[in-house]
Amino acid sequence: MTNAPLSTTVTVLNPQGLHARPADLIVRQASQYESKIEIGKLGEWVDAKSILSLLTLGAAQGTELGLQVQGPDAEEAIQALKDLFEQGFNELSEPVDA
Amino acid sequence: MKFSDFINTKAICAELKAQTKEEVIEELVQSLLDSGQIQADQREDIVASIMKREELGSTGIGRGVAVPHTKHPSVEQLVGTVGVSVNGVDFDSLDGERVQLFFLLISPPERPGDHLRALENISRQLRDETFCRFLKQSRSPSDIEQLLQEYDDNQFVSG
Repeated sequence: MTNAPLSTTVTVLNPQGLHARPADLIVRQASQYESKIEIGKLGEWVDAKSILSLLTLGAAQGTELGLQVQGPDAEEAIQALKDLFEQGFNELSEPVDA
Repeated sequence: MKFSDFINTKAICAELKAQTKEEVIEELVQSLLDSGQIQADQREDIVASIMKREELGSTGIGRGVAVPHTKHPSVEQLVGTVGVSVNGVDFDSLDGERVQLFFLLISPPERPGDHLRALENISRQLRDETFCRFLKQSRSPSDIEQLLQEYDDNQFVSG
């Protein structure tokens, strides 16, 4: 069985951007899947299971990021991560201390 | 953004005495106070607010590194410092490891972009194992200052 890579584009919606706490959320979610998950900005792709790598993106509010996933559970993984971005990492409704 | 844009070299702590998470934060904040970066009457509130942020999830991001931080209205620009603990401190890190390298950041509430660019810079340099090793081996503020300067000078990507 071959697993074709899936990809999509996501946008950072929350005002604080992809700071430490959202990065932690992404790592926790991504680590639940076997698939290789990468997030990219301007052609630079980083491992979504590494908080240090995610922070190197320095992605502020409004930044568009690529998401590419390859593996046996790619479909579930890409949906779960899309959801996290669309929910603004749960930081859209209330001000959260960064 | 470079280290020199947010690390106050006079506040660098080469050999932290602190043994606990709270002590580390107190020691680094005190150092920022001693070097004139924050106001004396704000010290306790800043420490409390950084501890509160830690309760949301440890900023010990793995590889023996932590980035304790907060937003605080008493600062007009991003202020930060570096601390090194020779033996490491239990910081409830995400990977469970003791933390030796601390980058503490205090940013004005309305400037999330600066905070992100500081995190970006710190994380980029920390991915370099040589940088991590040299920093952990540093035993004086001037060693650390020199190391940060070298990495600032070699930086090709700026934000």
